Amino acid sequence: MEKTIANKTVNVNDEGYLTDFNQWDKDIAIELAKEKEVELTDKHWEVLSYLQDKYKNEEALSIRGIKKSGILNIKEFYNLFPGGPLKISTLIAGIPKPKSCI
Amino acid sequence: MATKVKKMLFILSKATLDNVYAAFIMANGARMEGIDAEIFFTFFGLEAIQKKKLEHLHVATVGNPAMHIPTMLGGLPGMEAVATKMMKNEMEKLDMPPVGEFLEILSDSGVNLWACKLAVEMFHLEKKDLIDELDGILTIGDFYNRVEEEGTHMLFI
Repeated sequence: MEKTIANKTVNVNDEGYLTDFNQWDKDIAIELAKEKEVELTDKHWEVLSYLQDKYKNEEALSIRGIKKSGILNIKEFYNLFPGGPLKISTLIAGIPKPKSCI
Repeated sequence: MATKVKKMLFILSKATLDNVYAAFIMANGARMEGIDAEIFFTFFGLEAIQKKKLEHLHVATVGNPAMHIPTMLGGLPGMEAVATKMMKNEMEKLDMPPVGEFLEILSDSGVNLWACKLAVEMFHLEKKDLIDELDGILTIGDFYNRVEEEGTHMLFI
């Protein structure tokens, strides 16, 4: 379905995830973050960019991967994106919600 | 739609690998969905938080029909070790962390880890025998009292 975010029309699935990463930009990320009550700092942008790189390289995302990322530790990850860090951060990053259970 | 589950309390009473991972994956999965989670390790479940034992947990090859190994063969020396090694290999392929690393992840994710006081005394364990990430040693009554809000569920494994 279509949704207007930051004055742009984008395609999202029923959970609100962008279905085409090419439609993502920083304004959209800021809007999506606001919906999740997250105010994006430099650290957030660094994490989002890490997640997007993983997605582009078709590497699966997991909480274990975050631990090994060298970007941030798991505690920081939960602090940056409270209430389910992987699902919220991927939504803001404009990439699919990870399907992994771990 | 947001889930109505707010908090999951797990009681882990077994030390076979499949049961331990079930508890860990469900607790981690809860945190990933924004649900609080705690684990109470009791009886044999204590093996999963003993520094010297936690990396040596096994799957059960005897009395476990799902292994599809005849009971008499399952009891042969080394069978559990072989079956465990095979299962650990499959887990590694799925990027499932080993027990020690998984406990670190759970603790970092905000899962409270508790040891059962009665079982700790029964097995003559001391705090130094248990993992550093442990949040404390509780009675079952203390654990019940950690239920503060509606939407809390308790699961015995």
